[in-house]
Amino acid sequence: MASFDAELDASGLNCPLPILKAKKALAGIDSGQVLHIIATDPGAIKDFEAFAKQTGNDLLESKEEGGKFYFLLKKS
Amino acid sequence: MSDEKKLAIIATKGSLDWAYPPFILASTAAALGYETQIFFTFYGLQLLKKNLDLKVTSVGNPAMPMPMPVPVLMQTLPGMQGMMTSMMKKKMKSKGVASVDELRELCMEAEVKMIACQMTVDLFDMPTNEFIDGIEYGGAATFFEFAGESDICLYI
Repeated sequence: MASFDAELDASGLNCPLPILKAKKALAGIDSGQVLHIIATDPGAIKDFEAFAKQTGNDLLESKEEGGKFYFLLKKS
Repeated sequence: MSDEKKLAIIATKGSLDWAYPPFILASTAAALGYETQIFFTFYGLQLLKKNLDLKVTSVGNPAMPMPMPVPVLMQTLPGMQGMMTSMMKKKMKSKGVASVDELRELCMEAEVKMIACQMTVDLFDMPTNEFIDGIEYGGAATFFEFAGESDICLYI
């Protein structure tokens, strides 16, 4: 897996909490840095795609592994 | 910023289930960069109380999923509303759904502007010290000042 600068474990949280917590976590890192997000909400896949598209942050990676979802979000 | 997208919501309902849509949409919109306002009117004003005591009822709502079928007449018995409310809250917690308090707090943090309908406050003699801090009071014209320039306007 690519490297990242900060990590957010949103496991067990449902819509819209993973997005809201990711937004907060992004506020704590610098432009160009990467946030790694772990989620269990199946809606998160589409939601993080939509979040990235609308906020201009780059969704570098989105994958499912063993019932969990992993995202790499690069702050614009 | 005038190029910022805007979302205007009117929240008119004060039950536990109906408390979710305005706060979920407002907090998410704020996270997406929308400037967001919620105008609370009539029963929606319950959502601005410091001590939220919101309840859910299956009476008049045949679509509410129930763990077992309960005849309508039974649903009206004393204690049933309280029981259903605590069951709903338990279910939400177990599924990782945020509490209304938590979502409202996230909205406040994200600078979602909340406006209480002055007319309703007067109509029901609602003590303003029971409302959370940081809200404003206004009327229909106040709402339109923002809603008229909004990209999305929802009546909930």
